[in-house]
Amino acid sequence: MKNTKKIIALVIALVIVAATFAACTGKETDKGANNSKTDKLTGAVSTDGSTSMENVIGALGEAYMAENNGVTFTYNPTGSGSGISAVKEGRCDIGLSSRALKDDEKANGLTETTLALDGIAVIVNPGNAVKDLSIEQIADIYTGKITNWKDVGGSDAEIVVIGREAGSGTRDGFESVTGTKDSCKLRQELTSTGDVITTVSQNTAAIGYASLASVSEKVKAVTVGSVEAAEANVQNGSYVLQRPFVLVTRTGEALSAAAQSFFDYATSEKAAEIISAAGAIPVK
Amino acid sequence: MKGTKSNQRMLEKAVHLVFLILGLTAVASVLVITVYLFISGVPAIGKIGIIDFLFGKTWTSTSAEPQYGILPFILTSVYGTAGAVIIGVPVGFLCAVYIAKVAPSGIKSVMSSVVGLLAGIPSVVYGLIGMLVIVPAIMKVFNIPDGASLLAAILVLSVMILPSVIKVSVTALEAVPKEYEDASLALGATKIETYFKVSVPAAKSGIAASIVLGVGRAIGEAMAVMMVAGNVANMPSLFQSVRFLTTAVASEMSYSSGLQREALFSIALVLFLFIMLINAILNALMKRGGNEDEK
Repeated sequence: MKNTKKIIALVIALVIVAATFAACTGKETDKGANNSKTDKLTGAVSTDGSTSMENVIGALGEAYMAENNGVTFTYNPTGSGSGISAVKEGRCDIGLSSRALKDDEKANGLTETTLALDGIAVIVNPGNAVKDLSIEQIADIYTGKITNWKDVGGSDAEIVVIGREAGSGTRDGFESVTGTKDSCKLRQELTSTGDVITTVSQNTAAIGYASLASVSEKVKAVTVGSVEAAEANVQNGSYVLQRPFVLVTRTGEALSAAAQSFFDYATSEKAAEIISAAGAIPVK
Repeated sequence: MKGTKSNQRMLEKAVHLVFLILGLTAVASVLVITVYLFISGVPAIGKIGIIDFLFGKTWTSTSAEPQYGILPFILTSVYGTAGAVIIGVPVGFLCAVYIAKVAPSGIKSVMSSVVGLLAGIPSVVYGLIGMLVIVPAIMKVFNIPDGASLLAAILVLSVMILPSVIKVSVTALEAVPKEYEDASLALGATKIETYFKVSVPAAKSGIAASIVLGVGRAIGEAMAVMMVAGNVANMPSLFQSVRFLTTAVASEMSYSSGLQREALFSIALVLFLFIMLINAILNALMKRGGNEDEK
């Protein structure tokens, strides 16, 4: 009897060890299979980056998968900085950035392809009476020179300044247009577009910034220098708070067939309609 | 007969070997993590200077002239944890006394399983509830412009440490020999007197261990505090937005590079040393408890 128990224990232990190894090797063979099959357009496209691009890239991914049902499309919303690191380190096929690449990033083997333009909406709570802010007022609010809503035509309440984390493309775009790089005094530093919108929607004294494509009815976008945050105004340049949505790839390195086909799809004229339906302004 | 015996010995050895390998993977993981953290965390401390790193009050890792002072993070983690212990431990302790000694068996089993459930709630859910309920509530109650603050983090953490405190305390209280309590009751003490003057002192090392465990849980939590604390690297103050050691690493790691990334590893190393210290205290308490039992 003792013997049988031991044998059983041994078998179980061996199975566990074997299963662990099998799990590891299993994944590798999966990957191999994906790579080798891509010429028949089955496989996977992984994208990683900007949370502002969620609507646009989500819509593109869905439409693309509907046409190519052999390809699995994934999007990992981590923020522009993370997406750029991810594509550089080979952790995804296409990086998504809601800011143009910096010169040193281009020098380090990355290529950008502008997919669309997006406005950065300055958002306040719907209960806030303020309707218009000039770029200077916005800059003063973010650098702490203006701290009360009454100074910009609102009620007597301390302004709660909401910003994004340092790697955010939205933050980069916002701070470069308003000229507030490194001098913002934030009350909260949140890590995604959705968090900013939720927080602003819950606090009547809050101000935040978020991708125009993601702004919902929960918050109110103020006009900037009397120009409404609308697609047409972003396109003709009169709405100055804008930045590009960029697809980032590794320079000189061919994409897998699946990733290339998605890339072509996303930059085609056909995709323009999907992009504008998702709230951004296609460049084609 | 001989054949089966040597077979048995072989089998014995094989089983030993398999379990040894499985056991070693746990040890190896700890070793690898420790070595890796030291290798990647120490150089940045050297480059920044240990005084500037540990006692610098400004953290601006992404500005043109970066500064890497983590004193705000250390103090926030210490204050946050202390606050969570101050609120969570009395509640957890009294709850444990109730579950272990006072509660009738029906209520006891319901409460134990509820506490078990509390332990199983993912921290992101705690964070979400904190963000949607506690943060606006703080804003209203204290009439401040924004509720995302150290206080919100403390409140969330104090609920999160309850299961650790309650479970370990209950186990310690239940292990007190019934004879102690019987003797106390026979001498005319009331039940409540017996619980607090006999049972609790007898279980004190276990209860102390439960507190240390709660401290470990609070100091290591990242997700929930990230959602309620506001994440700005201010020096800690109860109603200000603050950043913990854990959230400092979590919020910047994904897009960091160069010295910034190395400095994040150094923060992780500091956090790791804190947790090692807590574990050492825990071990010491457990040992003392063991010795007392032997006497």
